[in-house]
Amino acid sequence: MTKVKIYVTLRESVLDPQGSAVQGSLVKMGYNEVQDIRIGKYLEVVIGDTERDLDSLVKEMCEKLLANTVIEDYRYEVEEAN
Amino acid sequence: MKFAVLVFPGSNCDVDMYHAIKDELGEEVEYVWHDATDLSEFDGVLVPGGFSYGDYLRCGAMANQSNVMAEVKKFAEAGKPVLGVCNGFQILTEAGLLPGALLRNKNLKFMCRTVELKVENNDTLFTHQYEAGQIINVPIAHGEGNYFCDDQTLAELKANNQIVFTYSGENPNGSLEDIAGIINERGNVLGMMPHPERAVDTLLGSDDGLKVFKSIVKMWRESHVS
Repeated sequence: MTKVKIYVTLRESVLDPQGSAVQGSLVKMGYNEVQDIRIGKYLEVVIGDTERDLDSLVKEMCEKLLANTVIEDYRYEVEEAN
Repeated sequence: MKFAVLVFPGSNCDVDMYHAIKDELGEEVEYVWHDATDLSEFDGVLVPGGFSYGDYLRCGAMANQSNVMAEVKKFAEAGKPVLGVCNGFQILTEAGLLPGALLRNKNLKFMCRTVELKVENNDTLFTHQYEAGQIINVPIAHGEGNYFCDDQTLAELKANNQIVFTYSGENPNGSLEDIAGIINERGNVLGMMPHPERAVDTLLGSDDGLKVFKSIVKMWRESHVS
């Protein structure tokens, strides 16, 4: 079994009103150091035995469903699970 | 003319769509469940609003993977009319039948009110019953209607006259260029955030949306009268 950690984030060119709202709250709380916040999604995908190449499998799933590449970028980390 | 109203788990404007076609236009209409694999008996497809699959992951993302959407793609490729409203618009962009995507409303609020729309392009099979530049009153009800696309796509939309409706008054969601509805290049797939099916009777506030459906039917009649 392999655990894949996938991060889906809005592209740089896309405004993130949710992130801006959270940033506004933090600044209001006194954390004036905070310059920007981008909110994304984190997915843990556990993959069983497969004959397919893991990278191409994960990329395919990301591009077909998990991310919308018109507005989102994705990256992932592979972790061997027990 | 026979319409299909698609129904996904979580659709909630399917009944309004059905009502608009059946009771206001007197045309044939059937509900079609999301696992259907044949649309050959229909002349038009309506993708209704709602929260398909709970809007989990992204609006419309999982609905796009259902069996019926493969058929909708074939249907659109054959040049037949497809109208997606609200969640239906989101599904059509996820399906790649329309360019761009719908983001969270700029003010982060779910907006539910009647808005003024401007008919930017009345030379389409969905809008030829309107006057060019006509202002119409149609309700919106969405949290993610903020239309976005890259600069190149926007330039193409403008060059091909694919922006069909814009918000005329205040832009309720922050969409690019006040876009409320766009059509594909071929002119047979329209997606819009406002709900024409909720504006089909003056008793309920407005019948300004009726001409969207009348336009589709009239065009179909004219091309099918022998």
